[in-house]
Amino acid sequence: MLDVMKDRITDIGPPDFKEYLPPAVKKNYGQWKYHEILEAGVLVHVAESGDKLYTVRCGSPRLVSTTSILFYTEIADKYCDGFLRFTSRHNVEFLTTEFDNVAKIKAEMTEYGNPVGGTGPSITSIVHTQGWVHCHSAATDASGVVKAVMDDLFEYFNEMKLPAKCRIALACCLNMCGAVHCSDIAILGIHTAYPRIDHENLNKLCEIPNISASCPTAAIRPATVDGKPSVELIEEQCMYCANCFTVCPAMPLADPVADGISLWVGGKVSNARSEPKFSKLAVPFIPNNPPRWPEVTSAIRKMVEVWAENARPYERMGEWIDRVGWPRFFKLTGFEFSKMHIDDFKYAGLSFKRSAQITHE
Amino acid sequence: MPKEYKTPMLDELEKGPWPSFVKEIKLAAKKNVMSNDLLGLLERSYNERLGHWKHGGIVGVFGYGGGVIGRYTDLPEEYPEISHFHTLRINQPSGWFYTTEALRTLCDIWDRHGSGLTNMHGSTGDIIFLGTKTDELEPIFKELTEAGFDLGGSGSDMRTPSCCVGPGRCEWACYDTLQRCYDITMKYQDELHRPAFPYKWKFKFSGCPNDCVAAIARADISIIGTWKDDIKMDQAEVKKYAENGVDIFNDVVLNCPAKCMKYDGDKLEINNNDCRRCMHCINVMPKALRPGDDKGAIVLIGAKAPIVEGALLSSVLIPFLNIDDDEEFEDFCDLVEEMQDVWCEEGKNRERVGEFIQRVGMGNFLEAVGVEPIPEMIAYPRDNPYIFFEMDEDEEEEEE
Ligand code: SF4
Ligand code: SF4
Ligand code: SF4
Ligand code: SF4
Repeated sequence: MLDVMKDRITDIGPPDFKEYLPPAVKKNYGQWKYHEILEAGVLVHVAESGDKLYTVRCGSPRLVSTTSILFYTEIADKYCDGFLRFTSRHNVEFLTTEFDNVAKIKAEMTEYGNPVGGTGPSITSIVHTQGWVHCHSAATDASGVVKAVMDDLFEYFNEMKLPAKCRIALACCLNMCGAVHCSDIAILGIHTAYPRIDHENLNKLCEIPNISASCPTAAIRPATVDGKPSVELIEEQCMYCANCFTVCPAMPLADPVADGISLWVGGKVSNARSEPKFSKLAVPFIPNNPPRWPEVTSAIRKMVEVWAENARPYERMGEWIDRVGWPRFFKLTGFEFSKMHIDDFKYAGLSFKRSAQITHE
Repeated sequence: MPKEYKTPMLDELEKGPWPSFVKEIKLAAKKNVMSNDLLGLLERSYNERLGHWKHGGIVGVFGYGGGVIGRYTDLPEEYPEISHFHTLRINQPSGWFYTTEALRTLCDIWDRHGSGLTNMHGSTGDIIFLGTKTDELEPIFKELTEAGFDLGGSGSDMRTPSCCVGPGRCEWACYDTLQRCYDITMKYQDELHRPAFPYKWKFKFSGCPNDCVAAIARADISIIGTWKDDIKMDQAEVKKYAENGVDIFNDVVLNCPAKCMKYDGDKLEINNNDCRRCMHCINVMPKALRPGDDKGAIVLIGAKAPIVEGALLSSVLIPFLNIDDDEEFEDFCDLVEEMQDVWCEEGKNRERVGEFIQRVGMGNFLEAVGVEPIPEMIAYPRDNPYIFFEMDEDEEEEEE
């Protein structure tokens, strides 16, 4: 241990990005003029200087082994002067100034298992979290659901045949590490069982006032159980958010039957046309059904298909729904509308229909 | 001899056209016993429909409070290789650009000291090294820093800032996202590595209102590029788009939220005074339209996911900042520090700044940090009459 503590360097921060920019990027930095999408997954950026930079965007499982990263470096050494980048949605991108390299990169990456696509009006990689691979909070797996959904929607990744882009994101619990709440389609792991209080250990593991304070609906009260300081739960007030579990491991909620997935629809972050908006509840609960979650994939396909069929060009999922109204969305998807769809948290009234503008479905 | 696990459930997820994470875990398992046990544990989770990870304990590297997420399986006897399986967050370079040499160095460190599994990248933007033992943390840290890398944030600290590709490869970047993201990261290394805030504190930099890094939804401080002057227009290119089948009237003009465009089948006109800089028309015709020359950024505050008090989007704090200008950037940093102080002083444990503002009121928050209220900050003025009038002494006397 002594050894590693010697000459220790701290607080150096990340490497300076300027050392990692490909020569064509360095040269034309801030001097890009326009871009075109040549085919699904292939872009060309043209600089004021006239230089052209081709980008090949490849899908990635996000969870990648060093073996695969080393394979990417081989491709980048061969065709991209030893540079590559990743996107905000976990795709890996190869940048080259030689048009001839595009087809070669595409062929080698596809062969390896990383298909090319995800540009323009398409569905690109699903931003997601850790799930059963690595998190204690998960109400569902992340990577497996994403794999199943993307396998099913693959035609929308490597072709650009949608009215607009459709951003899908997944978080395996309400903590939403991926902040999925402004996605065209959000897949959200959800618990539906109350926390099980481990009265035996609670006082040893956690601070009781912290637990009470953690609950957004004040469902937790300090109480003495079997002579031990603990907490009690007002069950009618609990909506299974797991905040209490986050601050106290003695209140687990995970349950094989009661955990599952909820689907949310119509959010966006871009400001193009309409302002950013949250995703809204489409399907409150689908039980976990690994390895392929068929009920989830088919519900998502349904949403994508009715939107693709009915939306105008450039209209994102939420913009289409805003135009035609939620009654139409529920009618066309066939999703059941229930009491659960009506908000009852803070400011709930803002989501009620407060006008006489109505369609007849 | 490592255990051999039968994984029929996971094997199913090796099929199909989308890249398979199971293939990746198996690749890592060939070289590494931790990844092999992970494969076994994950198959078990698939069968039981239940995760098998415990609440993280406090682990880290000396002198840092963030950057390592402690993780232990709840079945250590059966899967001993992953009894510890901690994650390291490593601060990514701005824009996620790499040399192959840097990536090879990272892979080499990780193959020798961890599971060989990564996320490229995590939700925070960091490089994620997924799974190692407590004893490996210091050696990894030493090798990482010697290679020029450092840990990212976690817990109640400044989280690793992230940014869009910006001027590196996007003609729409209205400021240098890569540089400013790097500058903020370097300036606040202490805040990033040593949690001292009520809760997390996130910065995201998007170069234009397309907001590719979802700053408005995900960052406490969202910095989104914009411009002040007229959209640059090339009528000849507009014509070409029309000839090539773009329905300019229906798809561009009718989609303009400001209703500020006119098209007579020949010439496109924009009333720039009314334009909201939404990006739609520019997105549709990138060769014909471009953001103006007087560029800068909007600073917005307060976005967060639902936990604890409900989800929030960021709202406008500064409608225009010439953030590429060093002096204006310094002023912005001063304001950031002012806000940190107020929030640290008054904020409750696990209260994000957006929730804090909801609780104390935006008006009071602005007053505390010394920012003048302006109409750009609101969608509409209050529609309830529950006003806390604050009359200053003189006025009260006059009334008497
Ligand atoms: S979303 Fe929840 S379960 Fe998933 S990784 Fe984040 S905290 Fe863990
Ligand atoms: S799960 Fe959420 S609502 Fe239920 S008791 Fe815990 S904190 Fe409260
Ligand atoms: S946010 Fe704007 S500037 Fe940044 S990459 Fe996206 S489109 Fe380009
Ligand atoms: S940027 Fe948006 S608001 Fe401005 S003219 Fe174009 S479509 Fe209209």
